[in-house]
Amino acid sequence: MVDKTKFARQFIEALPHSVMLGMEMQEIGDGVATINMPYKDELIGDPVTGVIHGGAVSALMDTCCGAAVMCHPENAGGTATIDLRIDYMRAATPGQTITAVATCYHVTRSVAFVRAVALDEDTERPVATATGAFTMEARK
Amino acid sequence: MSVRKRPEPVQVIKQRRDAALKALAGAVPYIRFLGIEFERRGDELTGILPFRDVLIGNPLLPALHGGATAAFLEVTAVMTLNWSYLWDDLEAGKLDLEGRAPADLPRLPKTVDFTVDYLRTGLPRDAYARARITRAGRRYASVQVEAWQDNKDRLYAQAMGHFVMPAPRD
Repeated sequence: MVDKTKFARQFIEALPHSVMLGMEMQEIGDGVATINMPYKDELIGDPVTGVIHGGAVSALMDTCCGAAVMCHPENAGGTATIDLRIDYMRAATPGQTITAVATCYHVTRSVAFVRAVALDEDTERPVATATGAFTMEARK
Repeated sequence: MSVRKRPEPVQVIKQRRDAALKALAGAVPYIRFLGIEFERRGDELTGILPFRDVLIGNPLLPALHGGATAAFLEVTAVMTLNWSYLWDDLEAGKLDLEGRAPADLPRLPKTVDFTVDYLRTGLPRDAYARARITRAGRRYASVQVEAWQDNKDRLYAQAMGHFVMPAPRD
């Protein structure tokens, strides 16, 4: 179990696109994952305000949800996104790190259902939430 | 009887449209970061995501990162929506975006929600996307996007998003 979590951590940390966006794995295990994405200029979507692009938040959410599925005790292997919906509650405050927390709240033999929330330093007011379905490889 | 205005030479029109598109796409750091480009035929836009290793999510397959695909679709949706929102003023010559600083460009639509369906594995190749505005209201808009790689009939992802439009310009 520990080995699988370790593998999931190393796998996620090595994803080229996640590295490109500067994601940092914080916690992972038992179907829950936390990943940080520090602010950087390349991620800006609105040049007037300096607010991060929604697409970058989507990428963070997708990675975090995938990590939560990979480290779920009933998942035997990798995962792929089936669908992912993001609701953007408010603009992330420019300059602040975004933290995503994903929870794999139900799994079947073939599908994992995941929820995630993205926060900046104002943790009382979420920046975005996500719900998604991911593929599962059930243990034999 | 009013005299119809002589049409502008085609090169003048194309130059103005392409300059506006370049100003809009070039102003967003994240679009440049991902390397997304736009091709234009009349008012129709096609987003292009040229493949690069940094877009990979699963190195074992290898496959495009779902997040890169989601971002590509959202960028294409927002650009298409903004383009259509500005089109009439651009065509009428009321709005000139050529050489404008990013901070002086019109405000962008804001994404309310965005749902991506991953239909097939994203291959390590270029991807293309086109968006269709299914509703363009004064305050809210709905947009569908489709993305494909080698074969237009075999979409690898599709998305639906809702947006809040910027306040009218004076």
